[in-house]
Amino acid sequence: MEKALAGTILHVNEEGFMTDLSQWNEEIGKALAAESNIILTPRHWEVIHYLQDQYRKEIPLSIRKIGKSGVVDIKEFYALFPNAPLKTSAKIAGIPKPASCI
Amino acid sequence: MSDQNGEIKKMMIILSKATLENVYAAFVLANGARMEGIEAEMFFTFFGLEAIHKKKLEHLHIATVGNPAMHMPTLLGGLPGMESLATTMMKKEMEKIDMPEVHEFLDILKASGVKLWACKLAMDMFHYKKEDMYDDVDGVITVGDFYKQGSGTGTHMLFI
Repeated sequence: MEKALAGTILHVNEEGFMTDLSQWNEEIGKALAAESNIILTPRHWEVIHYLQDQYRKEIPLSIRKIGKSGVVDIKEFYALFPNAPLKTSAKIAGIPKPASCI
Repeated sequence: MSDQNGEIKKMMIILSKATLENVYAAFVLANGARMEGIEAEMFFTFFGLEAIHKKKLEHLHIATVGNPAMHMPTLLGGLPGMESLATTMMKKEMEKIDMPEVHEFLDILKASGVKLWACKLAMDMFHYKKEDMYDDVDGVITVGDFYKQGSGTGTHMLFI
């Protein structure tokens, strides 16, 4: 599927997750965050860059790993991305939806 | 149901057992709810209290007797040390799939905003005190209090 956002035609899946991280830039990140009613602060960006880094290293994401990342603790993670933090942050970061139960 | 399309807003999970497989099932369901943006509260009653009892929560076992999925003859499952062995093996596998230990899992649940309630009746029956329990337990409440916590549309209750 395709979706127009921040002046770009993005490749996305049926749930709106980007399927090509190379299309991502900070403007797109901001626009995706706005769709989830989130205004990105420097703390959000740190988390987003961490997620992208993990994705590039092919390390699967989980809430537990986020908590141990040293970037953010679980409580703050939920505060930064309320309502399904792992899914929401992954969507904003332009990476696939994490298939994690923990 | 119709006004909110059957959407799940809150999971109320009652844990009545202390076998590791049941404790983990309850924890994964509560955590999984939070990960999807669904509220979650847990009520620990009867043997389920052991999952939040400071001295007991690190020593929970899986059941080797009366558990057909163990594929082990009942007599063998009852031998001394068999539960410990099976538990050690299962814990190794769980670490591989990034499953935390019970105490760490409770920390994750709390940090994720899950409310943890101890059942007053069961606490009285086992002569447990609030200070015996995991520090971040939200309170010792009655079943009526727990139902009140679950009021509102889109709440589901689960008994484990």
